[in-house]
Amino acid sequence: MSSNKFISIEGIAKRYPQPSGGTTTTFEDLWLSMPSGEFGCIIGHSGCGKTTVLNILAGLDEPSDGTVIVDGQAISGTSLDRAVIFQSHALLPWMTVMGNIAYAVSSKWRKWDNAKVRAHAQIYIDKVGLTGSEHKRPSELSGGMKQRVGIARALSITPKIMLMDEPFSALDALTRGTLQDEVRRVTLETGQTTFMITHDVDEAMYLADKIFLMTNGPGAVLAEIVENPLPKDRSRIDLHKHPQYYALRNHIIDFLVTRSKTFTSITPNHDPRNVPVVRPAFTEAVVTGASVMPSLASATR
Amino acid sequence: MITSLRVRAAVVSIAIFLAFIGVWHLATRSTGTAATMSPEYAKLMGLTANTGKSAMPGPLDVGAKLWEHLKQPFYDNGPNDKGLGIQLGYSVGRVGLGYLIAVIVAIPLGFLIGMSPLMNKALDPFIQVLKPISPLAWMPLALYTIKDSSLSAIFVIFICSVWPMLLNTAFGVAAVRKEWINVARTLEVGTFRRAFTVILPAAAPTILTGMRISIGIAWLVIVAAEMLVGGTGIGYFVWNEWNNLSITNVIIAILMIGLVGMLLDQILARFTRMVTFPE
Repeated sequence: MSSNKFISIEGIAKRYPQPSGGTTTTFEDLWLSMPSGEFGCIIGHSGCGKTTVLNILAGLDEPSDGTVIVDGQAISGTSLDRAVIFQSHALLPWMTVMGNIAYAVSSKWRKWDNAKVRAHAQIYIDKVGLTGSEHKRPSELSGGMKQRVGIARALSITPKIMLMDEPFSALDALTRGTLQDEVRRVTLETGQTTFMITHDVDEAMYLADKIFLMTNGPGAVLAEIVENPLPKDRSRIDLHKHPQYYALRNHIIDFLVTRSKTFTSITPNHDPRNVPVVRPAFTEAVVTGASVMPSLASATR
Repeated sequence: MITSLRVRAAVVSIAIFLAFIGVWHLATRSTGTAATMSPEYAKLMGLTANTGKSAMPGPLDVGAKLWEHLKQPFYDNGPNDKGLGIQLGYSVGRVGLGYLIAVIVAIPLGFLIGMSPLMNKALDPFIQVLKPISPLAWMPLALYTIKDSSLSAIFVIFICSVWPMLLNTAFGVAAVRKEWINVARTLEVGTFRRAFTVILPAAAPTILTGMRISIGIAWLVIVAAEMLVGGTGIGYFVWNEWNNLSITNVIIAILMIGLVGMLLDQILARFTRMVTFPE
């Protein structure tokens, strides 16, 4: 198994029967692969089936066709190898922070005694900066803190893949920023393979190594794989100062605004097994935009 | 003057109570000789006729009798003369036993119905037909098959308290948030552990609400059931005192039924609060 196909989605489709007969196809013949240790991000409009793709990867949903191979094995159902961070954090409200994480830890290592489980859980509580809140219940936590618990719970079972379904979309901008920093730090530290869904372009640009662009549904296709040209040591604060920033951003925005609607009709020969990989960089069009950049940068100040 | 709502409510409650006692006293007091009649006839007619006293006992009569009962709640002078405590004990015992059997049956069955859409659909017609049957309608059938009046009363309590618990458990289990189930699924938690660690705590407030409704119904039904089966219990006591024409004792029994019912409800309310979680 080649290492650049740690996750390999092979020709999956999702179709729903309609009450009137016939079927609705959310997406068809989707191929996608990702090497170990990378951060991948699907971006697309609502209804393109990106959540379905993630749920299939998690094992919570089944494809109508095709298979998903993770680390050389076809998946069937959910697994402790694939942790999910839910959009709505999905903490169990009758358990404390410690209880929620210990529940995950004891589910993975069933023979561990209580002390060992709690010690292991504590490492991840500390990692996401919740030290001192171990005995609080989810109702006593802010939205950002709840999602930190969700992240700690996912990390605590040391999964092969971490799956995130728009994890920060319910949070305010400031909290979202800090949590993005945390996720970036933790995933870089541990070399965690991560797969995320978002509709926030800046979030994708900051976090992802590869950005998968999906066209609009129904009948959505994976149109392009965008390689992130920004350096690995990028930081959220001066992301926009990087020379490639606007090239990348404009490319994605262009896709979302116009090409996601027209892609299927203008690209009839699109081969879903060989999706073009692009690496947006300074082109002529962007160079002309470069003169605008300083004023844009100053406008954000 | 600023006083807390609780204090003000308590003052109003006491005022209403005193007004009620006052009206009651005035309505039932003696009003003097109602009509002139020969002494022999007056003797036959009793107090009602010759002093204008109402047949309805006044609050003082009830109070005095109540004090008598409270001084000696557990005396036993044979089948038709037992202390109020003993009679209430019999009733609470029957309710407790019938209710316990109902809990043992309803909660696992409710889990099954809530977790399996097949069983839900398959059992639905039976539940729909059995649920509206008055529990007392089962009494002759129970007496015929069980052949023991006391056990029949327990069966009637069982059959009346099983439905609210069953339906609430099934509803609570079926309504557990999908995301909590998904958490358990992604953690590869087995069916049994999932039932106990996720579904049970998530559905517990709904289940306890059903149990609270059930205990209320069971306490309502026991009085009627004991009037039918006789022998012991507060329901039998009420009927027996009616036959003795002791309205005083009937009023005391009514008061006691209310107090014990409130107590049972409060116990279940406390349990409900214990399992309720804020979100």
